[in-house]
Amino acid sequence: MLTFAGLYGLMALGLNLVWGMTGLINLGLAGFFATGAYASALVTVKLGLPIAVGLVAAALFAAAAGAVMALTTRNLRGDYLAIVTLGFSEVVRLVASNEIWLTQGTDGISGIPGPWRGRVTPETFNLIYLGIVAVFVAAALWLLERVRRSPYGRVLRAIRDDDQVAAVAGKRVIAFKVEAFALSAGVVGTAGALYGHYTSYIAPDAFAPLITIYVVLALTAGGTGDNRGAVLGALLVVFFMESTRFVTGWLPGLRPVQVAAVREFLIGISLIVVLRWRPAGLVPERIPRPPA
Amino acid sequence: MPALLAVRGLARSFYGVCALDGVDLTVERGTITGLIGPNGAGKTTLFHCVSGLLPPEAGTVVFDGEDVTGWRADRITRRGLVRTFQIARGFPRLSVRENLMLYGADQPGERLAAAVARGAAARRREAELSERAVAIAKRLNLTRVLDAAASDVSTGQKKLLELGRALMTDPKLVLLDEPIAGVNPTLAAEIVEHLAALRRDGITFLVIEHHLDVIARLCAPVVVMADGRRLAEGRFAEIAADERVQAAYMGRRAWRS
Repeated sequence: MLTFAGLYGLMALGLNLVWGMTGLINLGLAGFFATGAYASALVTVKLGLPIAVGLVAAALFAAAAGAVMALTTRNLRGDYLAIVTLGFSEVVRLVASNEIWLTQGTDGISGIPGPWRGRVTPETFNLIYLGIVAVFVAAALWLLERVRRSPYGRVLRAIRDDDQVAAVAGKRVIAFKVEAFALSAGVVGTAGALYGHYTSYIAPDAFAPLITIYVVLALTAGGTGDNRGAVLGALLVVFFMESTRFVTGWLPGLRPVQVAAVREFLIGISLIVVLRWRPAGLVPERIPRPPA
Repeated sequence: MPALLAVRGLARSFYGVCALDGVDLTVERGTITGLIGPNGAGKTTLFHCVSGLLPPEAGTVVFDGEDVTGWRADRITRRGLVRTFQIARGFPRLSVRENLMLYGADQPGERLAAAVARGAAARRREAELSERAVAIAKRLNLTRVLDAAASDVSTGQKKLLELGRALMTDPKLVLLDEPIAGVNPTLAAEIVEHLAALRRDGITFLVIEHHLDVIARLCAPVVVMADGRRLAEGRFAEIAADERVQAAYMGRRAWRS
């Protein structure tokens, strides 16, 4: 479960870069997640290349998709950008369902290799994988926090507040938006690849828009703009998702469908409670300290 | 020497509403040129078109001997022409210091790879910009609020910050959109002093303002716009005596200054 929390954390970090720092809403996370998962799965299963190559391919492929997305939506903001990016993630899912020659359609791709899978017990594999994901989360956190505190991050945060004034400040706004979108998509795509190598099986219905919604919730609860908040929020959301599983077990006389609905309900309430008391999230964004 | 800024026949409309209808405007080096006119005359649209935020539909903008018509705003700023905003727009979630430093040009740390590497060049430039920001803040009396979020400072301080950000770009020409609107008379006088001093330092200004007493004291020449065109130009006393200007802007009653 912590592994999934880590994957959500990676995605929340990716979203924080583009939404929390640059102010561009991206509801296409599930699409970039799927892009990365399929890229890595195809590279390792069909081409038989090592997992590391798959991860790099996933990051690059998702980043390229992010750059194309940023360029095609260059004049969109707010609600319009949200809808187009959401549409993108559905397009990815539909392409994965229908381009059977490449993705094996709704059958999905199975037998995706995982590091040391089969050579160690499943428990050990889970532990190893948790460690790998933790390293990725830590690396992404370090990298993105460094970006946030740099002059580059300052420009991104300026674009978030007012992109016209940022242009007058002498910044080539579109270039920053495209880079931020690409880097963000690359991080989310890496999370997707890690997901595939963990579960060994991916299919289009694993990439429903609900993933995006959970990540957005995670970042909102953790604190938009703050990288540590993104990771904390992801832990929190996964904790809610799992703990509600136990809570609903105590409720008598519910059919499974109703149990699922009650879980969503409880997750929603928990987040409302968090945001009632911490409207800026658990870790509110703070202005980086000036250089000494 | 040719004029620092020469605008010829600039036109721009919004969905059929003609905001600029062939404006001609010249700003000579070393002046504080005033730009006045009734609301809706097209003054701010003119600023948008000159600073590159809106592409004009016709006409040319020549700045410092170079045709900059239709350039992107960031290029125009780097060329030495920077504008400020009417309602103190800016970056509320950045500190005052960051607001200033952001306007500094040539920061290698604004490239992604360099930002992650945190190289020596970026750190050196950051130190320079920081020093410059501190100096400008000191000059504009913003030192106390340097590390406050820009959303938390007073309206007057926002106006000063607006000016300070423009100065960070090391400009030749600054377009000021109502620099003293809504500030108290003491601070307004202070801002006027700053502008006069900066002009002596070699910066040219084009100022939109509705406080005519300030325009009279500070600006020469004064350009009057109405209905998207230049109506008149001259020293303030001449302008004020012009009947067309009185009709368009000041009302029918005879103007007495």
